[in-house]
Amino acid sequence: MKVLVPVKRVIDYNVKVRVKADGSGVDLANVKMSMNPFDEIAVEEAIRLKEKGAAEEVVAVSIGVKQAQETLRTALAMGADRAILVVAADDVHQDIEPLAVAKILKAVIDEEQPGLVIAGKQAIDNDMNATGQMLSALLGWSQATFASELDIDGDHAKVTREVDGGLQTIKVKMPCVVTVDLRLNEPRYASLPNIMKAKKKPLDEKTAEDYGVDVSPRLEVVKTAEPAERAAGIKVADVDELIAKLKEAGAI
Amino acid sequence: MHDAAQAGPGAGPAFPEIREEVAKLCARYPSAYWQKLDREGRYPSEFVDELTQAGYLAALIPEEYGGAGLPLSGAAAILEEIQRAGCNGAACHAQMYVMGTILRHGSEAQKRQYLPRIASGELRLQAFGVTEPGSGTDTTSLRTEARRSGDRYIVNGQKIWTSRAEHSDLMILLARTTPRAEVKKRTDGLSLFIVDMQAAKNRGLTIRPIRTMMNHSTTEIFFEDMEVPAGNLIGEEGKGFRYVLSGMNAERILIAAECVGDAKWFTERSASYAGEREVFGRPIGQNQGIQFPVARAYADMRAAELMVREAAALYETGADCGAEANMAKLLAADASWAAAEACVQTHGGFAFAEEYDIERKFRETRLYQVAPISTNLILSYIAEHVLGMPRSY
Ligand SMILES: Cc1cc2nc3c(=O)[nH]c(=O)nc-3n(C[C@H](O)[C@H](O)[C@H](O)COP(=O)(O)OP(=O)(O)OC[C@H]3O[C@@H](n4cnc5c(N)ncnc54)[C@H](O)[C@@H]3O)c2cc1C
Ligand SMILES: Cc1cc2nc3c(=O)[nH]c(=O)nc-3n(C[C@H](O)[C@H](O)[C@H](O)COP(=O)(O)OP(=O)(O)OC[C@H]3O[C@@H](n4cnc5c(N)ncnc54)[C@H](O)[C@@H]3O)c2cc1C
Repeated sequence: MKVLVPVKRVIDYNVKVRVKADGSGVDLANVKMSMNPFDEIAVEEAIRLKEKGAAEEVVAVSIGVKQAQETLRTALAMGADRAILVVAADDVHQDIEPLAVAKILKAVIDEEQPGLVIAGKQAIDNDMNATGQMLSALLGWSQATFASELDIDGDHAKVTREVDGGLQTIKVKMPCVVTVDLRLNEPRYASLPNIMKAKKKPLDEKTAEDYGVDVSPRLEVVKTAEPAERAAGIKVADVDELIAKLKEAGAI
Repeated sequence: MHDAAQAGPGAGPAFPEIREEVAKLCARYPSAYWQKLDREGRYPSEFVDELTQAGYLAALIPEEYGGAGLPLSGAAAILEEIQRAGCNGAACHAQMYVMGTILRHGSEAQKRQYLPRIASGELRLQAFGVTEPGSGTDTTSLRTEARRSGDRYIVNGQKIWTSRAEHSDLMILLARTTPRAEVKKRTDGLSLFIVDMQAAKNRGLTIRPIRTMMNHSTTEIFFEDMEVPAGNLIGEEGKGFRYVLSGMNAERILIAAECVGDAKWFTERSASYAGEREVFGRPIGQNQGIQFPVARAYADMRAAELMVREAAALYETGADCGAEANMAKLLAADASWAAAEACVQTHGGFAFAEEYDIERKFRETRLYQVAPISTNLILSYIAEHVLGMPRSY
C-alpha cells in the first residue's frame, strides 16, 4: 500500500504572531516557517506504518509557495520516500483555501493511487479543519477525523477518534482519508544521515495549472485583529490565599 | 544550496535543515534535566547517547569511514544549535573533532581501525591530554614522557584538565619522546599517541575527577609505566606538536560557534524578559539602562558570528585560517560573556535562581575565555602573527 501525506508550510508555532498593519492577515515576512505540527504527526504515522510493514511507500505532498520544498525535505528526512511540490502561489502571504487544496490533492491521488491518505486535522495558521473532509467527499472515500489511534486491518481501518465526549472507535472501509489529532504519536526528529539521504530523494515539482485547478480565493478576509491582551496574573503563596482570591473574585 | 559557509551577505545561518532537527532533539532535554545533572555533577549520558545515535557527533567523519562527511560549518551549526537550546555541548563536542588528529595524521590502518567505530559511537574518543600542571599555555614545556622500549612506549607523567576522560574509551595523548635538551627546536620531540584507556586502567593509568564551578567532567590523569603499543603512535615520532597545532583551528571555530549559540540563548532570554517584567509600572526593557547592554551584546554576537563564518569558509577551502579562527574564538567568547552578563543584570535577583538556568549557563560560558586557549594568548597571536609585532612570550 502507498500512503499519501499532505504537509503544509506554516508559521512556526513558537513565533509570536504579528498582524499586518493593514489587517489583511499575519505578517510572514522573515519569520520562521515550519511543517504544520499536525502534519508532522501524520508523517510520523505513515512512516510507522511502513516500518511495521503495513505500507510500502510514503509520498509527501505540499501545495503552496516554492519554499514549501523545505517542508517536504523535512518529511523526506523523517522517512518519507518521495515528495511532490505543487506550486500554487508566489506570495508567501497567499493562503491556498481548503477546497483548492483538496481538488489538487484529488488530482494527485488520481495519478498516484494511494490506499490511504493521512493528513493533519487542521493547519495551525488558518485552523480551517476542512481539507481532509473535503478531500474524502471529492474522492468518495470514507473518512475518519481526529484520530488518536490507527490500525489498518486488511480492507478496513480501525480508528479511535477524539471527540468532545471522550474516545470513539470507528471502523471504516479502505481506501480512506484519516485526519490526525495531537495524541496519535510523538513525531521523530531526523537523524543526520537521514537528513543527508533526504537531499537525494526525488522531489517532483508541479504547478496548480498542471492539474487544471483554479486556486483563486473564494473567501474574503474582512479583518484580522490581535487577540485582546490578557491582564497579568498574580502569584499566590498558598492554597488559602488562592481560595481567598477566588472568593474575592466571586468565582466560588 | 545551504551547504556553503561562504554564503553571501544577508544569507541566513547555514544548514537550516540540520539546525531544525537538532533543536527538536534538544527540546527533549529541558531545563529540569540540566539542572538535575548540575546538582548531581553527573554526565549527560542520555543526551550524548541520543546525539550519537542520531549521527550528529559523526558529522565531520568522512562518509567512507561511516560519518556524514559534513564540512566544518555543518558541525559548527550543530554545536551552535545545542548551546542555543540551553543544552551543554561541552559534554561531547570533542567527540566531533578530536578524531581529526587520526584523520589527518594517522595511518590508513589506524583510520580503518578507529574511525568507523568512533562514527557509530561504539568508541568514544573525546579526551585530549595536552595540558599539565607545570605547563599550561606553554605546551612545549610539558614533562610527560614516552620512552620507546621494544614494540611499545612506556609512559610516565601527569596531565591535568583532561576533560571527559571517564567518559571516553580512547585518549589522544601528547608526550615527550625526545628530551627537550636534545632537540634543536622546543616544538620538536613531542609525539601523539592513541591510548586505549579501558585497557590501561589499573595498568599504569589513574583518572581522578576534579570538581569545578560547572558540570564539566574534567579530570587529572596519572601515568605510571603505562604501556602503549608502538603501533598507536600517530604519524612520525617527534612531530606531535605540529599535529596538535593543525587541529587547533577546527577546535577554535567550533568552540566559537558554541559561544555564538550561548550568546543567542542569553540574548533571547534577556529581550523576552525585559519586555515582560514590569517595575515602576512599565517593562524594564523600556529603560535604556537595560536595553543598551543587551543590544550591544547582540551586535557583538553578530560580528562574532560573521567571523566564525569567515573562518569556517577559509578552513573549508583549505586556506590558512589561523588569524580568523583565533579572532572568531576571541570575539565569540567575549560576545557570549557580554550577553551572559547583560542577561544576569536584566533578570535582577531571578538570574541567581537555578530554575532560570541563567546562572548555570553563566558559569558554563565563562570557561571559553580561558580554555581551550585563553584570550590573552589569542591577543598575543594577533599581535605577533597578524600585526608583525615582537613576540611577547
Ligand atoms: C574546564 C576545563 C577543561 C579543560 N579541558 C582540557 C582538555 O580536555 N585537555 C587539555 O589538554 N586541556 C584542557 N584544559 C586546559 C586549558 O587548555 C588550559 O587551562 C589553558 O590552556 C590555560 O592554561 P593554564 O590553565 O595552565 O593557565 P596558565 O598557562 O597558567 O595561564 C594563566 C593565565 O596567564 C595568562 N598568560 C599565560 N602566558 C601569558 C603570556 N605570555 N602573556 C599574557 N598572558 C599570559 C593566561 O592567558 C591565563 O589567563 C581545560 C581547562 C579547563 C578549565
Ligand atoms: C541572593 C539574593 C539575596 C537577596 N536577599 C534579600 C533579602 O534578604 N531581603 C530582601 O528584601 N531582598 C533580597 N534580595 C532581593 C534583591 O534586593 C532584589 O533582587 C533586587 O532589589 C532587584 O530586584 P529584582 O530582582 O526584583 O529585579 P527587578 O526590579 O525586576 O530589576 C531587574 C533589572 O531591571 C533594572 N531596572 C529596573 N527598573 C529600572 C529603571 N527604571 N531603569 C533602569 N534599570 C531598571 C534593575 O536594575 C535590574 O537590573 C536578594 C536577592 C538575591 C539574588
